[in-house]
Amino acid sequence: MEAIIKDMGFIIGTTLMYSTPLMFTSLGGVITERSGVVNIGLEGMMFFGAFVGATVAYYSQSPWLGFVCAGLGGALLGLIHAIACVSFAAEQIVSGIAINFLGSGFALFLSRLFFDGATQTLTIPKKIPLPFSFLFGEGKLFQSAGFMDLVFNRFATVYLAFFLVAVVWFVLYKTKIGMRVQAVGEHPEAADTLGINVYRIRYGAVMTSGFFAGLGGAAMSIAVVSRFSNTLISGHGFIALAAMIFGKWKPQGAMLACLLFGGAKGVEIYLGAKGFPVPSSLLAMLPYILTIIVLVGVVGKTTPPAAIGRIFDKSGK
Amino acid sequence: MKLNGEVLKRKFLNGSLGLTLISIVLGFLLGAIILLVAGFNPLEAYWVILKGIFSRSKYISYVIIYATPLIITGLSVAFALRTGLFNIGAEGQYIMGAIMAAAAGYFFKLPLILHVTLAVGLAVIVAAIWGGLAGYIKARFGVHEVISTIMLNWIALYFSNFVVTLKVFGSQGTGKSYAIQSTARINLLSDWKISEAGIEFIRSHKVLGDILKTPINAGIIFAILLAVLVWYILNKTTLGYELRAVGFNPHAAEAGGINVKKSMVISMLISGGLAGAAGAFQVLGVSHRIAKLAAMEGYGFDGIAVSLIGNNTGPGSVFAGLLFGALKYGGSKIQDAMQAPTEVINIMIGTIILFVAMPKLIRLILTILERRAKN
Amino acid sequence: MTAIDFSQKIVEMIDVVKKFGDFVANDRINLTVHKGEVHSLLGENGAGKTTLVNCLYGLYRPTQGRIRIKGQEVEISDPNAAIQLGIGMVHQHFMLVDTFTVTQNIILGRETTKMMGVLDIARAEKKVAEISERYGLAINPRDKIQDISVGSQQRVEILKALYRGAEILILDEPTAVLTPQEIQELVMIIRNLTQEGKSIIIITHKLHEIKQVADYCTIIRRGKFIDTVEVDKVTEQELASMMVGREVSFAVEKKAQQKGEQILAIQDLVVKDNRGIAAVNGLNLTLHKGEILGIAGVDGNGQSELVEALTGLRKVAGGSITLRGKEITGSKPKEVINRWNIRTIPEDRQKRGLVMEFDVAENLILETYHDTPFSVRGMLNRDKIYAYADHCTQVYDIRPTNPYLTAKSLSGGNQQKVIIAREVSNDPEVLIASQPTRGLDVGAIEYVHTALVNQRDRGKAVLLISFELDEVMNVSDRIAVIFEGKIVGIVDAIGVDENEIGLMMAGGTP
Repeated sequence: MEAIIKDMGFIIGTTLMYSTPLMFTSLGGVITERSGVVNIGLEGMMFFGAFVGATVAYYSQSPWLGFVCAGLGGALLGLIHAIACVSFAAEQIVSGIAINFLGSGFALFLSRLFFDGATQTLTIPKKIPLPFSFLFGEGKLFQSAGFMDLVFNRFATVYLAFFLVAVVWFVLYKTKIGMRVQAVGEHPEAADTLGINVYRIRYGAVMTSGFFAGLGGAAMSIAVVSRFSNTLISGHGFIALAAMIFGKWKPQGAMLACLLFGGAKGVEIYLGAKGFPVPSSLLAMLPYILTIIVLVGVVGKTTPPAAIGRIFDKSGK
Repeated sequence: MKLNGEVLKRKFLNGSLGLTLISIVLGFLLGAIILLVAGFNPLEAYWVILKGIFSRSKYISYVIIYATPLIITGLSVAFALRTGLFNIGAEGQYIMGAIMAAAAGYFFKLPLILHVTLAVGLAVIVAAIWGGLAGYIKARFGVHEVISTIMLNWIALYFSNFVVTLKVFGSQGTGKSYAIQSTARINLLSDWKISEAGIEFIRSHKVLGDILKTPINAGIIFAILLAVLVWYILNKTTLGYELRAVGFNPHAAEAGGINVKKSMVISMLISGGLAGAAGAFQVLGVSHRIAKLAAMEGYGFDGIAVSLIGNNTGPGSVFAGLLFGALKYGGSKIQDAMQAPTEVINIMIGTIILFVAMPKLIRLILTILERRAKN
Repeated sequence: MTAIDFSQKIVEMIDVVKKFGDFVANDRINLTVHKGEVHSLLGENGAGKTTLVNCLYGLYRPTQGRIRIKGQEVEISDPNAAIQLGIGMVHQHFMLVDTFTVTQNIILGRETTKMMGVLDIARAEKKVAEISERYGLAINPRDKIQDISVGSQQRVEILKALYRGAEILILDEPTAVLTPQEIQELVMIIRNLTQEGKSIIIITHKLHEIKQVADYCTIIRRGKFIDTVEVDKVTEQELASMMVGREVSFAVEKKAQQKGEQILAIQDLVVKDNRGIAAVNGLNLTLHKGEILGIAGVDGNGQSELVEALTGLRKVAGGSITLRGKEITGSKPKEVINRWNIRTIPEDRQKRGLVMEFDVAENLILETYHDTPFSVRGMLNRDKIYAYADHCTQVYDIRPTNPYLTAKSLSGGNQQKVIIAREVSNDPEVLIASQPTRGLDVGAIEYVHTALVNQRDRGKAVLLISFELDEVMNVSDRIAVIFEGKIVGIVDAIGVDENEIGLMMAGGTP
């Protein structure tokens, strides 16, 4: 019995760890798409964020500084995406593809410059801390390697991710700025006639999404592992994008979808560690198959923001 | 006469070819600036790249080998885009094609031409189904193809990693499948190359011998044929008319009696088949096997870039694929020659796509330049 | 009765010019509106009415000219500035977020907040309810926009302007989507507003509405100022000729009807809309050779769904459609077009009618591309396609006469000619014309009407669906009135009483 509880703890803990980078990025996806701008460049932003985070954390020895700089790095790519899509009427998916090339290109280019031609950084001296570690261990409130330890003794980024889900939900639905973001994504012309600056809102939303994706990358490179490498992100940005759609463009929905993807990873790692005779590749496939089934069957009608992908252009006026 | 020149210039600058060429120039410009800022001499770097592409026949041969799969995945993406579908899934379709080609190449024992035909044919069919599945899911359930193909890419990747662990298909622990039979290979003169006469020939003929040292294969010929085929289907056939009508305006196409859902599925079938062919030629011509993948190889994603730079046409994909292949291969040379990061190529490609996406910006730049020139 | 205070000029637009590139949309327009006045702007589609009020509302910047509000010269740089000056606008296409509540829509851009930008919805709802009551708008602030009627949505738009303290209300084609009853309600609301000292600028091209509600009328033709007149002192005929620049006869010239046998019969037809509600609900109709049957009705009474069911674009949920006694219910669009030879001029030509990126020739073969001679064994025959297009551009007077031009580059009238050429040239048994003159100028309207009458005179059947009652009355031989998905009455066009039809359109029985 105890062993089962402990195993559960292991699975939940790993799930949380792998879900959080996705959650940051997916929240970014929610923000940009609710403002009407598709951002398929999340992958590149996450990639770049992972690099910036690890590099700054390595040189400054401060994981938090690295974390914030990762966000800023992502926001910078967000700015490029916004300039292209919002100001210059670029096809949003095409611009996103370009961002993916730029994000990985700049990350690897700079990595080679800073780390002696290597496409990975050196191991960072300090990872993101475990904020509640003082509760666990010999003679503490909970024993180490127990259920509580496995589940709750997690990196600060895990807690931050859940906190940000709540924040994004609150801002989106309960505040002035959130209502304006939604209005711009649903009916930009209406917002425009009421004197709302559609361009400014979209710039803000796209850059914020870049910031969040950057955080997601850093949550990977300076919390889950302790360095950036060229295969670290490989597609997580795309999964976060899918999770956002799976979650029906809602922060809480995106969170649940990310937990699903993270959970599959958790189960996969658990079974791998236990040496179950199920090939890990087949297990790894499951969440993706499940997503398709869910999209086809259960979700059925998803209603994306009405003006998504549509270029808003009031030039000549 | 001057007026005519003026008109021509306008047409060129406003046409898609002009915009693409300007974007490419801007991409190189930005690459140069970045190299400069990073402390490298951009002219030297570009010279190294240029030499790395053209200075030896071997290099040219490699460029073509690099370009072959990119051209074909580019065609795949372009074909779907012309029907208004964004096939992010070329990556997964490529993988499925590669798996099938490796399996057919290894398990069957047939004469050369038949074996190749069968391997490619099966690869195309499987990949077409993989692509068509995304088309069907969109037509039947309205699930956006970008999302379904992202999922299908991962499923393909893990499926590939699964099959290489099977005992019948690959030796345990190596993470590789067995090499395909020699009858399934499309390399040129591969037997003769290792015969005594061949070795002698390679030694005595510098230029040709250099080419023969590379895994030069018939893939490029197929790629060009496929490009012609794509162009022909889209522009000359009734099917192409339907698909383009759906791509431009599905509502009007539907009202005109075209079965839009069927068109989506057909388009994705063909698109998937093309990406599968890319995977097949890569296995039959270059790798001769598949191996466990830690991450996506990126042929499909690079194909998106190729398609966009090539303005989503058959011939455009050939040129863009060659450009991409050349930069990828030639660009790798600056790492050793001058320790300059080869990833500047990715940045350049990204920049080119970004500018291709912004004709509005390029026109603005041109107008400003023109005004300056006048003053 | 009239509430005009001539001592106060609220709006003065003086010699306003607006250019888009080389195109002059407004050429020295003058407009003066007093406090409590209802001022109508009259002009054809594309005459520049909307452009002018967009300049007043700050959506466009005038190229030249001056604007004074309450005697003060102002520069209106954006809608915010206009709102500050007390100008409110109700757009023709409502500017409402469907997924938001009434209150959310009203406060957008002017949000009531507690601290730190947190919304205070309760306070806003109270204020919205107050204003609604004061002007008799009957709006529940908590309803979602997607759940309320079009008339209510319009009142939300008015409320939105009043919430912002509008003194001047611009109404852009406010009656286009309303039933006659809703129009009467709107007239009452307008009266209430002027009594409270508000000024109204109303854009319309419906003459009798101007007569009914407006005090003054400014006429614009092709971007030019024609005149400002006192409405009581002019006739509808005079207004019309000022609008189009020549004497207009409202009647369409046509020969006496040669009515033939019945060709199309619709029985108990039920068709559901996108929300799954029966938009066509037990509709019965017969169509004869050699007649134009006009369907009159207010937008949203099942017209679009009826056309989509007839053309195979929408599933039939019940009932039957028969052509010459043969059941064709549930036919696919291709069968309807090619097998039954029923052709359609769709209501939205840019969405349903044309592939805008295709050239004229490619658009002309949109329904026949798979037939010889355009296509042989799956291959297109370009020579034949372009030869046919040359022929069509000649016969149907499509200008410019170049089949290689994209549909995008043609004017609206010529785009419609391409569609007519395509639909008529195959000599259809039944021609369905849905809103065939929407957005066209007078010349193009006449062209379309002539094309319809020609079909009828050649013994073919034409089904005309239009929201413009005048058009239905002038072109049709018989008029069927549609209301809530049913035909509520069929009358002969000759000697018909407009009021009778109007009453039926609103669901009343004559």
